[in-house]
Amino acid sequence: MAENTVQTTGHVWDEDLAELNNPLPNWWIYGLYVTVIFAIVYWIYYPSWPIGKDHLRGIGTVTYLNAEGQAETNGWNTRAKLLKEMQDANAAQKPYFDKIAAMSVAQVTQDPELNSFVLSAGKAMFAENCAACHQAGGQGKVGFYPNLADDDWKYGGSIDEIQATLTGGRRGYMPAFGEALEKPQIAAISQYVLSLSGHAVDKTLAAEGDKLFHSDTGACFYCHGDNAKGRKEFGAPNLTDKIWQWANVPAAADMKAKTAEVQKVITAGLNKGVMPAWEQRLNPGQIKLLSIYVHELGGGK
Amino acid sequence: MFKRLKNFTHEKIETNAGVLLVLTMLAISIGGMVEIVPLFLLDDTMEKVDGVRPYTPLEQRGRDIYIREGCYTCHSQMIRPFRDEQLRYGHYSLAAESKYDHPFQWGSKRTGPDLARVGGKYSNEWHTQHLLQPRSVVEESVMPNYPWLMTALDASDVADRMRALRTTGVPYSTTQAEFDRNVQQFGAEHAQMQHIPDAQVNLVKQAQAGNYDGDNRSVSEMDALVAYLQVLGTMVDFSKIKPETLVKFR
Repeated sequence: MAENTVQTTGHVWDEDLAELNNPLPNWWIYGLYVTVIFAIVYWIYYPSWPIGKDHLRGIGTVTYLNAEGQAETNGWNTRAKLLKEMQDANAAQKPYFDKIAAMSVAQVTQDPELNSFVLSAGKAMFAENCAACHQAGGQGKVGFYPNLADDDWKYGGSIDEIQATLTGGRRGYMPAFGEALEKPQIAAISQYVLSLSGHAVDKTLAAEGDKLFHSDTGACFYCHGDNAKGRKEFGAPNLTDKIWQWANVPAAADMKAKTAEVQKVITAGLNKGVMPAWEQRLNPGQIKLLSIYVHELGGGK
Repeated sequence: MFKRLKNFTHEKIETNAGVLLVLTMLAISIGGMVEIVPLFLLDDTMEKVDGVRPYTPLEQRGRDIYIREGCYTCHSQMIRPFRDEQLRYGHYSLAAESKYDHPFQWGSKRTGPDLARVGGKYSNEWHTQHLLQPRSVVEESVMPNYPWLMTALDASDVADRMRALRTTGVPYSTTQAEFDRNVQQFGAEHAQMQHIPDAQVNLVKQAQAGNYDGDNRSVSEMDALVAYLQVLGTMVDFSKIKPETLVKFR
């Protein structure tokens, strides 16, 4: 047989149907042996074969700090590796977080290094945790989620108040006055409320609404305050500015529609405006950082 | 003996379809057994953690809707132990957390974000609005609208669904003895929710109390789905677990 003739396996079907037996190229065969050796090294270093109720742990190790702060060494696994990576990263960021925790907003923003840390970390944290409701720039959504970039705050815009809001969450509530008040009374109050923000209203009705607002019948002043500028301990908004959260007054076409918007809220009340609590999800350092970021969106007090 | 083996050649196997079939199946099943059987034997597959419980009737119906709508085609429920995932989604998922899931919803494809710990992250209002019109809150979203979720939930067969899950090992109770066992294991409040004879009543009760969709006049599919989403990843309190404990379970 000539050397360049390819051999067959020797099996013959249907008289002349044979199977070629091409040898594999050497580079391929050696490549296979290399991967076999690699696999054996891998088995020895990393966790591999199951044996009974346990498995080969491998000789690789990871050293991390346990809950008591002592170094502890465990066989290599992804969880141990993650724990170590998180601890290393936290240690690297700790000087920044420690400084931020001890500083006022003004001090942080005046320190260029800390300020850029807050801006970059805060941006990522805001995008992941806050933007779904308050939108990418914190502009909020009328009828759903408050604007964080203006200087109107339901629960207060100081750094401590923002931190408290983030930590414990908030729940908006306004009772429904549809049953407690007569329709004409609600109409009067709505005229008064609109007059507070400079709308042209029926003066007689508004005067009547003023009385109801500050009486025990309407009792609006309990939460919104005597001057109707809101009381942040209840999350009751300022009614004298032109910012509207629930009644979409600016978008309503005419006074009739604007009045209807306000009456709707007074009649049905509100049992929404839920801000989740973040203390389970973010640590106090992250909450402080995020609070500064929100404070600096434009309207912090 | 040797003579017989000598006859058992490559050619013999190749030319006998029946023998080839049996031997092929044998070779493949060895691969399967090496990968699957150890999972039943290994002690450190399932972490020993507190808090994981079967879903309430309402949550379970929400889970069924999650599967019906194919949410799993775009959303995984499996946070892997990587730093970027932990920073974005929260603590990595534990095997124990999906031990009552049949089938589990780990998934392998993320068009949308992972949902393993979405519970408590957003308000009920947000979920309702987002499911009806995702782009009204997340402009760049490619998620479809699900306007039909505001229709009434068919709760009549929830007990049957729980009975079916019982056969897979989920400890829903039918007898007083089983109920008492659940009180021991999960506490009285949860044990009540896991009692099959009261399933439908409990479903309505939870939906009314939670008012997940903001409309208390009826129980909608939205109530169920939001109740399910809000419990995802919230059962285990990780503040009570030392991180090095979980490292040992691998």
